Amino acid sequence: MDMALTPVPECGVEDQRLVARTIFIGQQLVPEPESYVPEKFCNNRIVSSKYTIWNFLPKNLFEQFRRIANFYFLIIFLVQVTVDTPTSPITSGLPLFFVITVTAIKQGYEDWLRHRADKEVNESIVYVIEKGRRLKKESEAIEVGDIVEVQADETFPCDLILLSSSNEDGTCYVTTASLDGESNCKTQYSVRDTSSLNTIHSYGKISATIECEQPQPDLYKFIGRINIYRKNVDPVVRSLGPENLLLKGATLKNTKKIYGVAVYTGMETKMALNYQGKSQKRSAVEKSINGFLIVYLCLLVSKAAICTTLKYVWQSVTHNDEPWYNEKTKHDRETIKVLKVFTDFLSFMVLFNFIIPVSMYVTVEMQKFLGSFFIAWDKDFYDEEIKEGALVNTSDLNEELGQVEYVFTDKTGTLTENTMEFIECCIDGHRYKPDPVETEGFSETDGIQPDSSRAEKSREQLFLRALCLCHTVETQMKDDIDGIFEDTELTYISSSPDEIALVKGAKKYGYTYLGIKDYRMRLENQQNEIEEYELLHTLPFDSARRRMSVIVRNARGDIFLFCKGADSTIFPRVQRGQIEMTKVHVERNALDGYRTLCVAYKEYTREEYRIINQKILEAKMALQDREEKLEKVFDEIENDMNLIGATAVEDRLQDQAAETIEALHKAGMKVWVLTGDKMETAKSTCYACRLFQTNTELLELTSRTIGSSERKEERLHELLVDYHKKLLFDFPKRRSIKKGWGEHQEYGLIIDGSTLSLILNASQDSILTNYKAIFLQICIHCTAVLCCRMAPLQKAQIVKMVKNIKGSPITLSIGDGANDVSMILESHVGIGIKGKEGRQAARNSDYAVPKFKHLRKLLLAHGHLYYVRIAHLVQYFFYKNLCFILPQFLYQFFCGFSQQPLYDAAYLTMYNICFTSLPILAYSLLEQHISIDVLTADPRLYMRISDNAKLKWGPFFYWMFLSAFEGTVFFFGTYFLYQATSLEENGKGFGNWTFGTTVYTVLVFTVTLKLAMDTRFWTWINHFVIWGSLVFYVFFSFFWGGIIWPFLRQQRMYFVFAHMVTSVSTWLAVILLIFVGLFPEILMIVVKNVRRRTPKASNLELPMLVSYKTIGNGYV
Amino acid sequence: MAWSATSPGANQPDNTAFTQQRLPAWQPLLSAGITLPLFFCVGLAFIGLGLGLYYSSNGIKEIEYDYTGEPGIGNCTACARVGERVAPPHPNCTCQWCFSLPELFQGPVFLYYELSNFYQNNRRYVVSRDDEQLSGLASALRHPANECAPYQRTPTGLPIAPCGAIANSLFNDSFKLLYQRQPNGPYDEVPLDRTGIAWWTDYHVKFHNPAPINGSLKLAFHGTAKPPNWPRPVYDLSPDPNNTGFVNQDFVVWMRTAALPTFRKLYARIRHVNYSAGLPRGTYCVNITYNYPVLAFGGQKRIIFSSISWMGGKNPFLGIAYLTFGSLCIITGFVMLIVYIRYQDENGDGDEDE
Repeated sequence: MDMALTPVPECGVEDQRLVARTIFIGQQLVPEPESYVPEKFCNNRIVSSKYTIWNFLPKNLFEQFRRIANFYFLIIFLVQVTVDTPTSPITSGLPLFFVITVTAIKQGYEDWLRHRADKEVNESIVYVIEKGRRLKKESEAIEVGDIVEVQADETFPCDLILLSSSNEDGTCYVTTASLDGESNCKTQYSVRDTSSLNTIHSYGKISATIECEQPQPDLYKFIGRINIYRKNVDPVVRSLGPENLLLKGATLKNTKKIYGVAVYTGMETKMALNYQGKSQKRSAVEKSINGFLIVYLCLLVSKAAICTTLKYVWQSVTHNDEPWYNEKTKHDRETIKVLKVFTDFLSFMVLFNFIIPVSMYVTVEMQKFLGSFFIAWDKDFYDEEIKEGALVNTSDLNEELGQVEYVFTDKTGTLTENTMEFIECCIDGHRYKPDPVETEGFSETDGIQPDSSRAEKSREQLFLRALCLCHTVETQMKDDIDGIFEDTELTYISSSPDEIALVKGAKKYGYTYLGIKDYRMRLENQQNEIEEYELLHTLPFDSARRRMSVIVRNARGDIFLFCKGADSTIFPRVQRGQIEMTKVHVERNALDGYRTLCVAYKEYTREEYRIINQKILEAKMALQDREEKLEKVFDEIENDMNLIGATAVEDRLQDQAAETIEALHKAGMKVWVLTGDKMETAKSTCYACRLFQTNTELLELTSRTIGSSERKEERLHELLVDYHKKLLFDFPKRRSIKKGWGEHQEYGLIIDGSTLSLILNASQDSILTNYKAIFLQICIHCTAVLCCRMAPLQKAQIVKMVKNIKGSPITLSIGDGANDVSMILESHVGIGIKGKEGRQAARNSDYAVPKFKHLRKLLLAHGHLYYVRIAHLVQYFFYKNLCFILPQFLYQFFCGFSQQPLYDAAYLTMYNICFTSLPILAYSLLEQHISIDVLTADPRLYMRISDNAKLKWGPFFYWMFLSAFEGTVFFFGTYFLYQATSLEENGKGFGNWTFGTTVYTVLVFTVTLKLAMDTRFWTWINHFVIWGSLVFYVFFSFFWGGIIWPFLRQQRMYFVFAHMVTSVSTWLAVILLIFVGLFPEILMIVVKNVRRRTPKASNLELPMLVSYKTIGNGYV
Repeated sequence: MAWSATSPGANQPDNTAFTQQRLPAWQPLLSAGITLPLFFCVGLAFIGLGLGLYYSSNGIKEIEYDYTGEPGIGNCTACARVGERVAPPHPNCTCQWCFSLPELFQGPVFLYYELSNFYQNNRRYVVSRDDEQLSGLASALRHPANECAPYQRTPTGLPIAPCGAIANSLFNDSFKLLYQRQPNGPYDEVPLDRTGIAWWTDYHVKFHNPAPINGSLKLAFHGTAKPPNWPRPVYDLSPDPNNTGFVNQDFVVWMRTAALPTFRKLYARIRHVNYSAGLPRGTYCVNITYNYPVLAFGGQKRIIFSSISWMGGKNPFLGIAYLTFGSLCIITGFVMLIVYIRYQDENGDGDEDE
């Protein structure tokens, strides 16, 4: 959520000017002395649809024609309509119309679905309390200030401030699963002063206002203040925070009903503000396509220009321009020459416009859309545990999966399981391990098995109480009857698995947390007594402070602060002298890869507490800068504490995490681990998952190597230069970076958040300003990089930094938690893990898989195949259209540059739509030039396609050469054939249309056979579409020429094809020309294959025999 | 292909060969073992075919004569001068070309004329016709298509039938073949069959005369004008009622526009009983009625006698192309074989058993 930087859409213009909004609860004005300017809020109508019936056509068309390709075809079409062009407007109008219509229908349908969903939401029934009466309203009629009643299991119709609930204490439970994916129940609170108002009538008299900030998209932030006016009494002011806010879209649970006042409605609710579409990611292939497109556009324009010029050169001879047999019309003669030149140019453009095929865009879209199903269908991605497979959120990036160079991975929940297990703890430096043998019943000594020595009994108890109290875990009973506590039915729910592990750990030692009731936390101690603590304040966890605290009062009235957090944040805040003993343990635990937390406490006198309480309340009450103020207060409070001990929790590595990392490494990818964890823990995880090998030399840029003195920057500078030299010495040539791995010494880099911000945010006058470049170079030369102590935004910063280095490598981010969303959105490809920390990452990702290990198949097999498929698709499309148009261009030299089309209009139109479209589509969906198993097993194959290898200019020009060669062969082969007096045994002659049809037949057969030769994976579908297309072409030609078409003015194709096939010479020529056309390609393949004759290599490749090989693997 | 949906778990992907991308597939690889023999086979087959084609083509005889009548060349100079730079129609002018055959000209013999530098494939020209009119549709007869302009209507507004530039420029030279069996003997006229020179479908389906009125074709064309360059209206093209009007075979042949600026069109077939075996030995003269001006656009006219085989007329290209490509295949095959053997030797250790 940190990156919700999307602009806030404004409902009313005046809203923009006001910092806060004032809301009158129940729409009842209060006796405010100041003059009051009524504010205008938008209604509660949700509009997620893009179009209405009226604006659908113009708006949709406008959006479609904003795409450059569609616009181009529209222009061509308009030229054809207005100017006298050789081909009828139908030839380009029909495909364009088809594409536009299909897209419009698709988008219209999607919008209709949105309309329906909107309507359902907007017209749902809600109950509003107005002047003591309960009124039935449609949801869209809710206005800001209305008091809304919500029943159990209903979703909130707008953002509400909880006033009261059917629970006595004024709390209610909600789940925000549909908002952020966290399925646990959260408790929301009402202000004490209003929680008693739980009848309809009581709301008739209330007179209060709420002041709160203007709507903003952050789900977890809300700042407000409620003023309650009573007769003859000063108004009561209470602060409101996110714990008082009920978000639209969340669901009320375990509470009969609540009353709340609407603060944000309609498009201003936090949900609506978060509903901004994600920014469009574009794949590298698309960029290549655009590059090729420009080449072909240049080709097109130059062809048209050449023809136009030559036409006028040729026409300068009078008898060429207007021979007696072909006079011009009067109108023709009188047209201004400049205009004629221009029209001629346009005509040539139209004649050759097929070189840029509209159908390519359609086919590419279809390929991406249909192709992405294979990921969702893959049963290897199915996880038994969560009973789900992969999720594809976008189909635009399939091929990008085959191009990844940098992998950024989160640690917790991604590389590791995120199922925390309490391993051990230490109290005052004494190590405790839970008894491996489960013991029933809690005797005094059973629970704790100290290693050798043990701490004082009271310290032990204090530590365990701290574990039991300092958390935000909720309890849920399967049996709802209060009072009966059976621990078997007690389940803990929390957004943080660490806390559950700790509470469960405490339970093993005999202290059981029982839950919270009426602000009192209850726990059962080792003596099976129930202790109650009044929860005074919770100082919640945030990633900046990296700790959380609670302030509680026990039955005797003693007030304690318990704090737990990362060692780095706790150690500076505890009294010295206590640290040393614990530190040893913490460091050893971290080396073992455990997550460590330190626990500290502090006791307050009543007087002290009074001051603290005052400060906290003040800060909470603040309307502006509340965050900063709170942080400051917390910082003051959590100080000078007493360290009790530390805990160690293990986060197990995910299944096959190490193998996957190794495979990614072998595939030439660089894996960076970005984690918020501490360095030692992260480092050990990295060793465990083989990101760092034992022989990897580690370069450290952390606060440890740099120190914390004032010489920080100088020291950093020294280190940077030092490392840089070292690396450059090892890699004298840049080229060897990738291939050189394994031969050279491997380097790994460790950097932490503070050092990173020192490098990235160096002040202007600092010597470090230009060391970002050096740092980058160091990063590039390291095989593995570990970034620890990262804030979520820093993760995104790193991704952005790598994204922008020279050559703009393709980056992939994978993570499972909300803190990874920023980097998932930032990188080229974002992968979400359907993990335990909610579904936020999965929802914001492009692809989501259940486990990290699935990355291997996703990249190495799917990514590789998608890339090869789409690259071939694109190259083939350009190839076949150049082949198609080149003869037409050459024909201009033999028809006096008169724009006479070589092919019939039907053939021009059908070429890309029917005759050659399906085979390539089938190929681009089914091709496996190397089988999936081999691809998954041998990561080195991935390197073959790295750097967009198949869409570089080299291959592109090879294809272009092929098509130019073939086009020339087709045309001149037929040209020489037609030098004959007659081609039929009855001596009759053929005309220009037969000539074109001959070229066209050779063309269709050759490009289809070329694809057939490229196909390495012939399923029945390929057979069907390839041979089917050819058969269809033949049938269509017979049919097209077999009838006098009533609606055509010219019957130019009548029996042309049938006559052509009666000529033996034409048959022979067609066969010869197909062979000649394919010859260079056959030669290339054979040369490649003859060289690759070692048996070992051939095993790696495909079966050598031409045989029908059924893969026997039990598939149906 | 059997498609089965596995039922357990709605979320579980279907375990079919298709969804798992494991359809049974044929995975061919053009390995050297296959392609090398293929090269030789194709090469040999092509060379064989090429030889056949080459000899067939060589067996076809052609006699041709350029009768354009460019100054100083041939007998038609005078005629050419008359019609020079004058738009047709021309006064009739005749010239003669004589040749002698030392031996039998193997039949069947076909008579062609050839025009060069004549752009029948110019776009403005190709579209300048009205197929509806030519199919005999009465309404189209009176209302020719706009594409026919400027040969759509006469200046007085009468519709032209047949309209358009193609029809207007109908080739109107005519040839008469005379045969002198003995030297100084009398010249016999060799009958030229002017039918069966157009496509059967064109003559029978695509082209139709408008329905005769009172049995008269002339009346059917009443109210239309002849194309400006024609000496006589379309219904007078031939006295033969089956060969006049739009279905006149010369006209139908002419209306099939040629692909290239130099083209030949069939004029007549020689298949009279006396000449069914071909043209016997002796002297022949062709009387040419010279009407058609070509010098105006830098063109040339030729007359060609050609025999026809199974592959059509004389065309050395196909045979040579087949021979060349066949040889190329074989040469490549040999080169590949050498490379292949080299590679076999280089990594030959474990290769014997393959």
